Amino acid sequence: MRQDTLRHVYGWLLLTPAAILLVAFTHYPTVATFINSLFSKGNPIRPSRFVGFENYALMMEDPIFWKVLGNNAIFALGTIPTSIALAIVMALFVNSRLPGLGLVRMAYFTPTVLPMIAVANIWLFFYTPGIGLIDQILGLFGLPGHNWLGDPDTVMPAIIVMTIWKEAGFFMIFYLAALQNIPAELREAALLEGASRWTYFRRVLFPLLMPTTLFVLINAVLNSFKLVDHLFVLTKGGPDNASNLLLYYIFETAFSFFDTTYGATLTVVLLLLLAVFALVQFFLLDKRIHYR
Amino acid sequence: MSLAVSVDGLVKRWGTTTVVDDVSFAVPEASLTVLLGPSGCGKSTILRLIAGLEDPTEGRVRIGARDVTRVDASKRGVSMVFQSYALFPHLDVFENVVFGLKVRGVAKAELARRSARAIDMVGLEPYRDRKPSQLSGGQRQRVALARAIVAEQPVCLMDAPLSNLDAKLRATMRDEIRDLQQRLGLTMIYVTHDQTEAMSMADQVVLLREGCIEQIGSPADLYEKPASAFAARFIGLPPMNLLPAGTEGPARMGIRPEHLTLGPEGIAAEVAAVDYLGAETIVRLKTDDTVVMARVQGKTDLVAGTATRLSWRPEDAHFFDESGVRRDGL
Repeated sequence: MRQDTLRHVYGWLLLTPAAILLVAFTHYPTVATFINSLFSKGNPIRPSRFVGFENYALMMEDPIFWKVLGNNAIFALGTIPTSIALAIVMALFVNSRLPGLGLVRMAYFTPTVLPMIAVANIWLFFYTPGIGLIDQILGLFGLPGHNWLGDPDTVMPAIIVMTIWKEAGFFMIFYLAALQNIPAELREAALLEGASRWTYFRRVLFPLLMPTTLFVLINAVLNSFKLVDHLFVLTKGGPDNASNLLLYYIFETAFSFFDTTYGATLTVVLLLLLAVFALVQFFLLDKRIHYR
Repeated sequence: MSLAVSVDGLVKRWGTTTVVDDVSFAVPEASLTVLLGPSGCGKSTILRLIAGLEDPTEGRVRIGARDVTRVDASKRGVSMVFQSYALFPHLDVFENVVFGLKVRGVAKAELARRSARAIDMVGLEPYRDRKPSQLSGGQRQRVALARAIVAEQPVCLMDAPLSNLDAKLRATMRDEIRDLQQRLGLTMIYVTHDQTEAMSMADQVVLLREGCIEQIGSPADLYEKPASAFAARFIGLPPMNLLPAGTEGPARMGIRPEHLTLGPEGIAAEVAAVDYLGAETIVRLKTDDTVVMARVQGKTDLVAGTATRLSWRPEDAHFFDESGVRRDGL
């Protein structure tokens, strides 16, 4: 009996350090954020009070919330499929045995090494009206320049292109690792059977890459909500929220407008969204994926 | 429908190394030719050159009346079984077998008929819906066979298909492959380093060494009339004994272990070890200048250390010159 108790104590003691870290930095903040979102914004005259789901009702009527959510959807749809497709194409290319591909591989991976802030600075130089690289090139052909980041119609595409440039090389590494684990005989067997390169890709290679694709997809979706560093450098969400994303809006609400309870409300929505995405991807796609 | 295969002056170089060096041989239709040799002798490369998975540096490959040297692998009319089986891990047995038929756009009814026949032939009917990872090594091997059968190509190439199986299964599969080849009348080229497979399956053996052909012939030819000391040593277990042949004439004399007689006559020898194998016993003997193996029927009373004498019939001796080439007569 005593021996048994001792064993339990011993077990719990081993778990405690990890449990403290998890609770203190993950679970407690999540719960606290949710509780926070149920209170009104306090000020010296009117202290914060419990308002139930009022903040959520307010959010539903907040046009900026819907705007940034829509922007985030556009940002995700604009970046994810393209960067994954590009990653696969680049991985297939650098997986072949041509001389000098080591350099190409490194070149593809370079954007990944750079911090997003640095990337944004580089692209700021590309996009700057008049003196930027793009406008200078356009000028060579006698074409008029354009304020890429200042025009609500072009600011999202501009940011999407930059993000793809940054992300595709990162995803390529995972595809390259997966490709190197696929034996060459599979390709030879398929080609002997009369399969074209495309058929081989569609019927053999792509299905075998699915575990990697799921992993990359989850990462890409999370990134499309997490990655807002570039907004600080490039646009600050403007013009007129045309490039604002959910996480940046949360930052603005909580730390620029100091509306912490509304910030908490938006955070809960962001967490729910991410959880739903992860679960859907996992359960819908996982069944159709072959793991070796 | 089956076609003869021939290669003529085949050369394959990787940079400065020559892997296949001027190899020519012909495979009669509906027969089984084994490419035999130690690892690194170029046998797999020759098979890949015939399949079209590699391009030869020089020489030609002919299938039937057609020169296929520059023809795409998928249009040569060959099927192939890979050493690793090369099964598609995400597809079940049925889908693996019909992969090529689907790619080639074979009609549904024919696809069903041909795949049912092939899967039935290799006895995989109960495993139709299993993935390769759920099959044993022998079953995977059968899937690879079924995939080759279903293609109904006139020529079937096998790259060491049994090397990943255990000894017992290997013996069974050997018989099955030979049986299939004869029943379907396939022209088969079979690569192996295992002399037992070569001896038991082949109509013709092409023995290779360092990219060159050492000898071509039936298994009996190779065993009874080895063209070189290498061939003599490579085939037969234990290998042929090679003894210095004296001061004049050929440099070395070869005698198969079963042709040695232990008794009161002949050259002096001392028993070094005795390996009892049941039906026979292998006796290792030390003579003045070398170690020889003798094969004795059943059991023997000899023990290590016994002095004895070795003799043989003159017609059982083979002679080789300094470079190892066979010399008939003295």
